[in-house]
Amino acid sequence: MRYLTFLLAAMSLSAQEPDTVAATTAALTASKENPAAVERGSKLFQANCAGCHGATAKGGPGAPDLIRSLLVLDDEKGILIAPVLRNGRPDKGMPASNLAEPQIADIVAWLHVQTYAAGHRNTYAFLDVVTGDSKKGEAYFRSKCSSCHSATGDLAGVGKRYEPLALQTRWLLPRGAAKSTVKVTMPSGETVSGVLDRVDDFNVSLRDATGEYRSFSRDVDSPKVEITNPLKAHTDLLRVYSDADIHNVTAYLVTLR
Amino acid sequence: MTFWRIFAPFLPLLLLGQQGWPTYSGDYSGRRFSPLTQINASNVHTLSLAWATRFTATGGAAIQIKSAPLMVNNILYFTSPNHVWAVDARDGHELWHYQYPPNTGSTIGNRGVGMYGNWLFFESPDSHLISLDARTGKERWKVSIANPKLDYTSTAAPIVIGNHIITGIGGDHLDNPGFLESHDPETGALQWKWFTTPRKGEPGIETWPDEYASAHGTGQTWIPGSYDPELNLYILGTGNPNPVMADQSRKGDNLYTCSIVAINPDTGKMVWYFQATPHDTHDWDATEIPVLIDGVINGQPRKLVAQANRNGYFFLLDRTNGKNILTTPFIDSLNWSKGVNAKGQPIPDPAKNPTTDGVLVSPASNGATNWQSPSFSPDTGMFYVGSNRPFSMFYKTDTDSHPQGWGGLDTGAGTDGGALLALDYKTGKINWRHDWPSGSGVTHMLTTAGKLLFTSNGQNLIAFNPSNGKILWHAGLTANVSNGPITYMVDGRQYLLVAAGDSMFAFTVNQPAK
Repeated sequence: MRYLTFLLAAMSLSAQEPDTVAATTAALTASKENPAAVERGSKLFQANCAGCHGATAKGGPGAPDLIRSLLVLDDEKGILIAPVLRNGRPDKGMPASNLAEPQIADIVAWLHVQTYAAGHRNTYAFLDVVTGDSKKGEAYFRSKCSSCHSATGDLAGVGKRYEPLALQTRWLLPRGAAKSTVKVTMPSGETVSGVLDRVDDFNVSLRDATGEYRSFSRDVDSPKVEITNPLKAHTDLLRVYSDADIHNVTAYLVTLR
Repeated sequence: MTFWRIFAPFLPLLLLGQQGWPTYSGDYSGRRFSPLTQINASNVHTLSLAWATRFTATGGAAIQIKSAPLMVNNILYFTSPNHVWAVDARDGHELWHYQYPPNTGSTIGNRGVGMYGNWLFFESPDSHLISLDARTGKERWKVSIANPKLDYTSTAAPIVIGNHIITGIGGDHLDNPGFLESHDPETGALQWKWFTTPRKGEPGIETWPDEYASAHGTGQTWIPGSYDPELNLYILGTGNPNPVMADQSRKGDNLYTCSIVAINPDTGKMVWYFQATPHDTHDWDATEIPVLIDGVINGQPRKLVAQANRNGYFFLLDRTNGKNILTTPFIDSLNWSKGVNAKGQPIPDPAKNPTTDGVLVSPASNGATNWQSPSFSPDTGMFYVGSNRPFSMFYKTDTDSHPQGWGGLDTGAGTDGGALLALDYKTGKINWRHDWPSGSGVTHMLTTAGKLLFTSNGQNLIAFNPSNGKILWHAGLTANVSNGPITYMVDGRQYLLVAAGDSMFAFTVNQPAK
């Protein structure tokens, strides 16, 4: 999820058009293409190719989708694409271009970023998640969250610390929160408590208050094992929230700056 | 030809007297139910290690054995991506190791080999079908089944029916066409190819905006199916439609994605279908193996097929025609459906389709269950399935009128935990459940006539009483259990075999000293 924080910049010149989604900076970086070449290629594609193949190369009337083109997907270093750009495909109505070799290389670089971006979901850019009503979100927060959390206490400035998407993801399921604790009650009545280390049907282990490691064999209900998960309040609310509640709370938390 | 068509598929089953494990699920039914009884409820507490073997790759790459091993003529054959091993089933001794050359295909997993006489069949990450000589591990031939540049990747175990080597395919990042193929066992030549989405003029094309959307609608075939020899039907589940979470370019039900389909293995023609998730937008492949049950409904003997689907519903169909008998949820967190229609299909709530600001959906994309095999025991009449109750936020990231690839993502929001469920196959009701204190609940199942149910949780291999869910035995292994347990008989001794990471563990009950 770390990539979420740097996903905002749009690269393509055509990003102002409603029908386009530009490859993200994450895709650009991961594709290992030269950013300057890609930037030039973007302009060249819009000027020379987009008229038929569309601004995002997904095809247009009579011209194929280049992102799903086997020739484009199979290409390395322009070996397959460059001859098509040089010579056109007169039999299919594509004219030869007057592009110079470095310009062809720039368009190839841009196309490679587009196919990389489509096929690698870990480079996708999330869109605006702040669509809720912050007033309603505040009211929801007061009724459901304020018994554990405070806008001026633990959550003060939380809207500054996280991008909205990371904030929404984290408040639904906090990462790095306090660990579960466990109380083990022996048949004798003796109890041992501490921070849960591991538990399965056969063993349970913990670190007690002195930091000592303790482990116990389990056989169904003996010893008795009671686990307290500090995130349970969050998990329980998953069946309670409406999607509007979620968006409203996010809109409110974003204002805690 | 007639002789082979009728006799060849059953040859291993007949000769082995069901002592082996000659195909993906042990037999064609998908039940993962073994008739063996030497290991049974009265002696399972004495089950102990017979052998353990670690397997390594040349060059030291990490090995993860997720495959269903075959056991034929006292030899085990199993895989990990790019690797096939043959091992003596008595003691785990390696007979040969075939390593496929380095390639760019995904190494997410490999589900195993298929076998025909002395020939083995294996799919590579870069989507070749390779035939090996089972006696030597030497390559006989290889043929391409898909172009990896289009993001195809092959993980499926080939299924052998008569002289048909049936191969599935995977990969859903670039909207590539989904299909199933059959190849000749001697030459690898293509016998037929069935696309999982219709082409121009074919039935079902009306469930797509146009032929182009259908042809790029994916629906992969990455888990093997089951086979009914009487009906001569290969019954399997198909994967999700593409673009996965951005659905604006594929309005309609999107047949035959997320469906249970019955294919004639001789012709490659579809005989019937049942779509489990119409117009899926949550990556819920319906590839979970369909399980063939010969049961009784309302006093009538019926040929049935059951599936616990990744979308959270249990389906029971008549396998002669695909007609629905029962549809019922098996997780209580499910929130994406407005009910069930007259045909027994869930009705997706459009408000739970991915949006740019996110919607909370259960199950998450990893599902209420997944490709891990369930089991059906005819002794108990129960269907055992590993389950989970995950939630996640589903986001659409591609709002273009022609989105591509996934076009969205989901981010985990928590889970109410994993459980082993024992379902009554006639009603779908949970007869008993075992909630796991930790670890994934989505694990493989095996039942036996020894009145045992084997499954795993984390590093533990566990035996249950299949009637009531009481734990009878367990063993902690060296890594998380990574495949489904199988069982087989060699020289009068029954073995229970399972993989954990790069190692295989075989257990037996000790015999009294003579």
